[in-house]
Amino acid sequence: MTITPSQTVGPFFAHALPYPHDWELVPPGHPGAVTLEGRVLDGAGDPVPDALLELWLGRTGDRGALRRGDGGVSGFGRCATEPDGTYRFRTAPPAGPYLSLQIFARGLLRSVLTRVYLEDVPDPLLDGLDPARRATLLATRSGDTHRFDVRLQGEGETVFLDF
Amino acid sequence: MSHPPYLSPGYRSTLLRAPAHPPVPFTADPDTIELTSPVFGHDEVGALDHDLTRRHAGEPIGERIIVTGRVLDDTGRPLRGTLVELWQANSAGRYAHDLDRHPAPLDPCFTGAGRCLTDDEGRYRFVTIKPGAYPWRNHPNAWRPAHLHFSVFGTAFTQRLVTQMYFPGDPLMPFDPVLQSIPDAAARERLVSSFSLDVTEPEWALGYTFDIVLGRTPVENP
Ligand SMILES: [Fe+2]
Repeated sequence: MTITPSQTVGPFFAHALPYPHDWELVPPGHPGAVTLEGRVLDGAGDPVPDALLELWLGRTGDRGALRRGDGGVSGFGRCATEPDGTYRFRTAPPAGPYLSLQIFARGLLRSVLTRVYLEDVPDPLLDGLDPARRATLLATRSGDTHRFDVRLQGEGETVFLDF
Repeated sequence: MSHPPYLSPGYRSTLLRAPAHPPVPFTADPDTIELTSPVFGHDEVGALDHDLTRRHAGEPIGERIIVTGRVLDDTGRPLRGTLVELWQANSAGRYAHDLDRHPAPLDPCFTGAGRCLTDDEGRYRFVTIKPGAYPWRNHPNAWRPAHLHFSVFGTAFTQRLVTQMYFPGDPLMPFDPVLQSIPDAAARERLVSSFSLDVTEPEWALGYTFDIVLGRTPVENP
């Protein structure tokens, strides 16, 4: 069968897609929780204030994907960017070296899919990239916070996956 | 290729947001988390979440419609229990969104957001009202054809799809840079729903059908 084409998420999804505690894959104070934060930037280096990010840990977990329970870990999170292009997730660390991140926005006719590596490790995807491109997939750490910017276009453009 | 290219100059917002590098292929192995997807529990979706006309004290203004179809993979297998989200403008072409400045009335009885899980045949069903066309600032006298926004999950994060459904015979479709960003005419046609007298309920609502076919789940390398 022939697949259904993608279309942009558009600018007006904020009344529909975000939901309470969507960015919190784990509750506050969860042991080992990490914060992932950063900005989404366009080809002029300007913040993208109307992007939607989805984080996937690779396992569904027991906290609920849409209706957050009191404890446990959810594998899925969603965060709409702020007017300054920032986003934030509180999550459990992934089982492997990376988290999967998908980005939707006005002006993106199809979502882009990338990986957030919390550690620089030997890896089939990373090892196939030149050093500058590889660096775009590595989060930078300070304490429990990992920082990861998404550059949609231009200098330091994030590596996006073919899917 | 079914999907539009990222860069489609007729749609102005793509100019600074389309990645310039081609996407990078990745090898799939059992640890590749993109081959899995969240599972949504039935207790996470409310019994009335699929009915956008019953979310407020009164009924919204507009032409009541039923929109239903199946979510399938590209081999025709139904995707069961997958989450489908829908959002839209009201019948006057206005979104219940703070930043929508179109000078058309808001409807206090319509928010325009719903969700449901597909059944054992991969079927979803929404009750809503037909959205209005609305202007946007992409180019002089630019109007979006009436459309419903859809979001679908599937069984792999690589199957994730956000798209828009259009209505048959809408005269705005040939002029819309978002729909026309899809190069292949047959692929564009797959975003146009069909009117169905079978789905139409007498004395109550018009019926439209719209099937959604998700991409192949990447197969693990042997
Ligand atoms: Fe829209």
